[in-house]
Amino acid sequence: MDMMRRTLLKGAGSTGILAAALAAGVFRPTGAWAAESSRAAFETKDLAAAMTQIGAVGAAETKDLTLKAPDIAENGAMVPVDVVSNIPNTISIAVLVDANPFPLSSVFEFGADAVPEISVRLKLAQTSNVKAIAKTADGKYYVVQKEVKVTAGGCGG
Amino acid sequence: MADPMKIRAQQKGDVTEIRVLVNHPMETGMRKDGDGNTVPAHYIQSFAVDIGGRRVIQGQTGTSIARNPVFAMKVKGVKAGDEVVVSWVDNKGDTRTDKAIVIN
Repeated sequence: MDMMRRTLLKGAGSTGILAAALAAGVFRPTGAWAAESSRAAFETKDLAAAMTQIGAVGAAETKDLTLKAPDIAENGAMVPVDVVSNIPNTISIAVLVDANPFPLSSVFEFGADAVPEISVRLKLAQTSNVKAIAKTADGKYYVVQKEVKVTAGGCGG
Repeated sequence: MADPMKIRAQQKGDVTEIRVLVNHPMETGMRKDGDGNTVPAHYIQSFAVDIGGRRVIQGQTGTSIARNPVFAMKVKGVKAGDEVVVSWVDNKGDTRTDKAIVIN
């Protein structure tokens, strides 16, 4: 997998190789979210910094990006979240938990045949906004968010 | 060696739904055990889904993903009998690859 990415990254400097890679059905180049450059975003404790690192500053809101999550989660250790993008040419979706120690939970990159929809289960340290950020092939970012209340302690805890 | 994943790939019309259940502790590195010692971070950092030898989805994950992660995805242009190969790598360098066949 890393090998393939390296080939793609190298190929970016040489359109011939890149075109060949694309023609062969290899993954679409994903720019800023290529693995090597974005690992740091997962180790960032600051939400704003994590957003900057994935390039998502100033992401626009749109009704074509939906995020389904429970209003109240009894168990913050396993919160199911579904994200669906109806934005044309969505190439990746990132999911963040604003109030977690490390907000960036995951980034999914889609090949040509993938439907830009994902379901994941998140950990929520406390009540927090959950954000999904979609990136399109032309480098635009869109965001949707929803608050999930975590009922820590008490009978639900 | 990590426990195997459970992979289900089922065709629904022209879309194939892939569900992957991964056995992994996804330790954040912030939790303390009963004796007050910090449990070291141990979590999946990247995963990839290939169908018929072609990469369809790849991703990266951090510690905000729940223990024993479940990922659900959808892919077009796949037929019953195609082989789905899912693999992951964690922060300790452990890796696991499992396969499943697309069913109708």
